[in-house]
Amino acid sequence: MEFFIQLLVNGISIGFLYGLAAMGFVMIFKSSSVLNFAHGELLAAGAFIFLTLVTWAKVPVFFAFLVTLAGSFILGFIVERLFLRPLIGEPLIYVIMLTVGLASIFKGLMLLIWGGNLYIYPDFLPSNLSIQWGNIHIPPVYVVAIIIGLFFLTLFGLFFKYSSQGIYMRSVADNQTASLSLGVNVRRVFALSWAIAALVAGMSGIVLGIINGINVHDLSSVGLKVFPVVILGGLDSIGGAIIGGLIIGLLETFTGGYLDPSLRDVIPYIALVFILMVKPYGLFGLVEIERV
Amino acid sequence: MSTTPLLQINNISVVYSDVIQVLKGVSLTVEKNTIVSLLGSNGAGKTTTLKAISGLLKPENGRVTDGTIMFDTKSVQNSAPEDITRMGIIQVLEGRQPFKYLTIEENLRVGTATRWGKPYKQDMDMIYEYFPSLIKRRKSLAGYCSGGELQMLVIGRALLAHPKLLLLDEPSLGLAPLVVKEIFRIIKRINEEQATTIILVEQNANMALQIAHYGYVMENGKIVMEGKAEELRENPDVREFYLGMGASGTVKSYRNIKSYKRRKRWL
Repeated sequence: MEFFIQLLVNGISIGFLYGLAAMGFVMIFKSSSVLNFAHGELLAAGAFIFLTLVTWAKVPVFFAFLVTLAGSFILGFIVERLFLRPLIGEPLIYVIMLTVGLASIFKGLMLLIWGGNLYIYPDFLPSNLSIQWGNIHIPPVYVVAIIIGLFFLTLFGLFFKYSSQGIYMRSVADNQTASLSLGVNVRRVFALSWAIAALVAGMSGIVLGIINGINVHDLSSVGLKVFPVVILGGLDSIGGAIIGGLIIGLLETFTGGYLDPSLRDVIPYIALVFILMVKPYGLFGLVEIERV
Repeated sequence: MSTTPLLQINNISVVYSDVIQVLKGVSLTVEKNTIVSLLGSNGAGKTTTLKAISGLLKPENGRVTDGTIMFDTKSVQNSAPEDITRMGIIQVLEGRQPFKYLTIEENLRVGTATRWGKPYKQDMDMIYEYFPSLIKRRKSLAGYCSGGELQMLVIGRALLAHPKLLLLDEPSLGLAPLVVKEIFRIIKRINEEQATTIILVEQNANMALQIAHYGYVMENGKIVMEGKAEELRENPDVREFYLGMGASGTVKSYRNIKSYKRRKRWL
């Protein structure tokens, strides 16, 4: 039983991180219909910026965290400005191929700068964040992951529901021509969605880096794992991304714990196949509102 | 002419994808605080004219290749829609086009995009006063509302932008006659109370000429006729081709080959 609860907590916290990463992915898809294949690289970039700040520049952890978030935000903004904006109005497949190219460039650059080694962060999380309950021990990083996950979920939930900018972003996702006709600054919405996506990706990169160590290949492959998560949750649902993330996270840790650790990377895809057979739009995909 | 007109279109041509010419030298003038109606059959270029004004040609790969569009004293042809909307030109698109997955209230809030960050609560109340039927639906998704409600919604949404010039593209499309009447009544009220200048594109020429002050008739990318609304209503050609009445008030007959010839002469 203790083992079960342990796995459950691990699964939930990993799931929140996947969900956050997927949320950024969904946001780009929702506003501009672009599948971002460079998402894993954005995630890795966040982890490495944080690593550099903490170990080499010796910036205090909290500031390093904030600077990394700001840096990721700006990175997303720049990527949109430099690479995506010139392609507005071109066929979607060009844009998607561009993100594939961006993924290679980012990966190459990171390998060039940091190499393919596995790094670990110095232990900076206060140990009193961990939870000891009977024989169950939850390490601080999982607690942090859950807190960060819940915090940003609520934050973005409120942002999209109540803030004007959030509503404009949803309106662009809904009907681009109509939002243009009302004077919504569509280019700003695109830029903002890339920036926010890079920010949440960078953040999940940091926490995943604390859990698994920092390695270019490992972290950027999380970008691939985002696919079963978002397809499971429904490509255009932010809430679905989180639920999808939780399901994949739980599946992974339970297979790793009960069956075989080498199976954990396969199981999500198997589950994906079965769920898609039953619900082809994903669990929370938008049901097309048809008016006859 | 005593004052400068709000909008003056001077001999514009519009070309899509660099090859398809849709407008061939259209000129029209819109005086302040008037309703100007743009009539014509399908494919005459009415919608394209509106899009040329509002800047929405760009996303469709269209361009004003010739002529000028003067709004107040600034020329706006080929400007970005973001800039044009901020000058006070708002287009209500054909076919309503609500944001289906946003609630009515959120839809209306998008209308404040041109003055982001400014208070809008009071304007919201004004919209609900114009369109009382929206109040009870304001928490429901626009995708589930009726056609009449949606038409009111998109007009209200546009009004929240405080437009100086409102471009309405077929507000009567697919609506029941009573709803059409209601909507036209409100359009007239908006024009009178808000001092909003309106360009009204319509198939329903009869309704349009009842509330408009001035009218233009388009055929094949050109303006073929213009005049005061009452004059157009009495014009035998307009009566026959757009109001669906024969010259003598009888239903027109296909046997009457002359009508075909007379129509051809316009083109």
